[in-house]
Amino acid sequence: MSAAPTSTTAALPTSEQHGIKAHSDGRFGFVPVQTRNDRFKSVDVADFAPVTGREAVWKLSPVAKFTDLTAGELDGAAYDVDSTPTDGVAIDWVGRDDARIGSVGAPEEQAAANAWTSFEKALAITVTGEEDKEITITRARLGTGPRGAHTIIEARPFSRATIILENTGDARLTENLEIIVGESAHLTVVTLQEWNTGAVQLANHFASVGRDAYLKHVVVSLGGSIVRVNPSVRLAGPGSDTDLYGLYFADAGQHLEQQVYVHHDAANSRSRVTYKGALQGAGARTVWIGDVLIGRNAPGTDSYEQNRNLVLTEGTRADSIPNLEIETGDIKGAGHASATGRFDDEQLFYLQSRGITEDEARRLVVRGFLSEIVQHIGSQPLEDRLQAAIEAELRSTDEVRAPATTKEN
Amino acid sequence: MSVLEIKDLHVSVETDQGTKQILKGVNLTINEGEIHAIMGPNGSGKSTLAYTIAGHPKYHADSGSILLDGEEVLTMTVDQRARAGLFLAMQYPVEIPGVTVTNFLRTAKTAIDGEAPAIRSWIKDVRQSMTNLRMDKSFAERNVNEGFSGGEKKRNEILQLELLKPKFAILDETDSGLDVDALKIVSEGVNRAKANTGLGILLITHYTRILRYIEPDFVHVFVNGRIAEQGGPELADRLEDEGYDRFLVDSNVG
Repeated sequence: MSAAPTSTTAALPTSEQHGIKAHSDGRFGFVPVQTRNDRFKSVDVADFAPVTGREAVWKLSPVAKFTDLTAGELDGAAYDVDSTPTDGVAIDWVGRDDARIGSVGAPEEQAAANAWTSFEKALAITVTGEEDKEITITRARLGTGPRGAHTIIEARPFSRATIILENTGDARLTENLEIIVGESAHLTVVTLQEWNTGAVQLANHFASVGRDAYLKHVVVSLGGSIVRVNPSVRLAGPGSDTDLYGLYFADAGQHLEQQVYVHHDAANSRSRVTYKGALQGAGARTVWIGDVLIGRNAPGTDSYEQNRNLVLTEGTRADSIPNLEIETGDIKGAGHASATGRFDDEQLFYLQSRGITEDEARRLVVRGFLSEIVQHIGSQPLEDRLQAAIEAELRSTDEVRAPATTKEN
Repeated sequence: MSVLEIKDLHVSVETDQGTKQILKGVNLTINEGEIHAIMGPNGSGKSTLAYTIAGHPKYHADSGSILLDGEEVLTMTVDQRARAGLFLAMQYPVEIPGVTVTNFLRTAKTAIDGEAPAIRSWIKDVRQSMTNLRMDKSFAERNVNEGFSGGEKKRNEILQLELLKPKFAILDETDSGLDVDALKIVSEGVNRAKANTGLGILLITHYTRILRYIEPDFVHVFVNGRIAEQGGPELADRLEDEGYDRFLVDSNVG
């Protein structure tokens, strides 16, 4: 509180009494970040204030459960990676001085910056050659100690590939992934989270899509305790194109989060964001935040984002927040949609009226709901595997709905 | 021989304004192989009758009964009714995203028969029925009703009628929204199903148009939640000429 007025003779109200001075909360004149692209960025963890949980980027996350990752010391050493050698895909560990590091994005929060500050070597996946190829790269032995990591995926101009990043086992991981899609390249990146029950992963993906290039990015989160995968894609070249898909299935006590950001930064760029999730069991929690920014230099943009959540039991919570910023009026289209709901009773009635039991009808509806994402992945073996994983999740739904006397683990 | 009997059926529905009585004592007996047309003005309770027979949770049967070969239908779940031999072709079939027609048909057939159909003859049956209904092969791989036109949805309903082979089918305004070509195709499908399996049909319609292609044995006029008049096919002709005004005046006065 500032000093009281010194003059007591005037009966007229003073400016202080009118409140046109700074408020005592110290935020007078404070202007929040006006556009998604103006958020503070730094690769140095020391530049970030301690996480309170009130920050825009953290406010829906259980921040108290991973303070070791946001502010603690991290193991930044190289780790075991399994893959089958594939022509046209080179996998190397590179030093911090690799020119590609930092060429696409920079952390906007402390955990990402902590990973960036801590990593010793970056895993670099370099794609060359115009023929289609598919590779699965598996991390299965990250262990339970807090770890920071950095990955680069570079698709050279005109190259084509599908990269499946498979994550299993234990983890306490904060990491950054930079994806560089060169001119006219055609890249699919699938990140599959099938961690053990207690695992925590905080991932930030930064992608830059070049002229006439295409990126399909798929996030599938099924296993783990807290899994946060935040992809940012900048459509950097004219005619660049991206499809961002997400599929998540949160069980009791699981927190699955994704903050998606698409920045249209060039003419005639196209984006589609489609995330679908199912929730079951007490404390199952999902968060989806979808930001789209259509920049001033992105005339002819065609953009649409949507999130759908299917709530299977009581006691779950799904947050779904679509945001759209448009800085140019000269666009083809921009829209967003979000819906979170229970089963559609009319769908169940329709299926049951054809003789299908209620349980089977529910399974059909959920399977169908999530299949829409699976069908777009474009790798038959992976699609088959994911359908099986969804079946397994659904079988556990039946257990939640009608608890069995014996429980397997 | 199968018989579907509706006895003194009273049905209400919950609305924002409270409970609303819709069916006020319906009596109707349909034998296997018979076609009964139920005609009536909007709001008379025709669709309520259809959905009550199928077991839609929105409709509460307050009294009366529906018997299928002597078995009480009202205490059965929706899927039990279907497995017992009842089929409802809906006026507004819903979309089931991500579930293909092929998958849906096989799942339903397996549920109705209690065992999976023999794969080779099943595929042949599905193809044949689709060809008969002038449905393109690509329908099989599309998601159920997703992006279907009005006519395609109705054909998809009749496809299920032909393949699931119920004892009794209720067709709820199957003719609405169909152009004359689609109406003919759909009607042929219904007649074919009846010729093949001898099912009984309850044909609910607002207009007499479909009765030119599916000839009813009996016509019932539905007004204000009960059957106001019944007769043979000639009653439909009379309705064609006179409309429903006669009944509406009666009910208003009564």
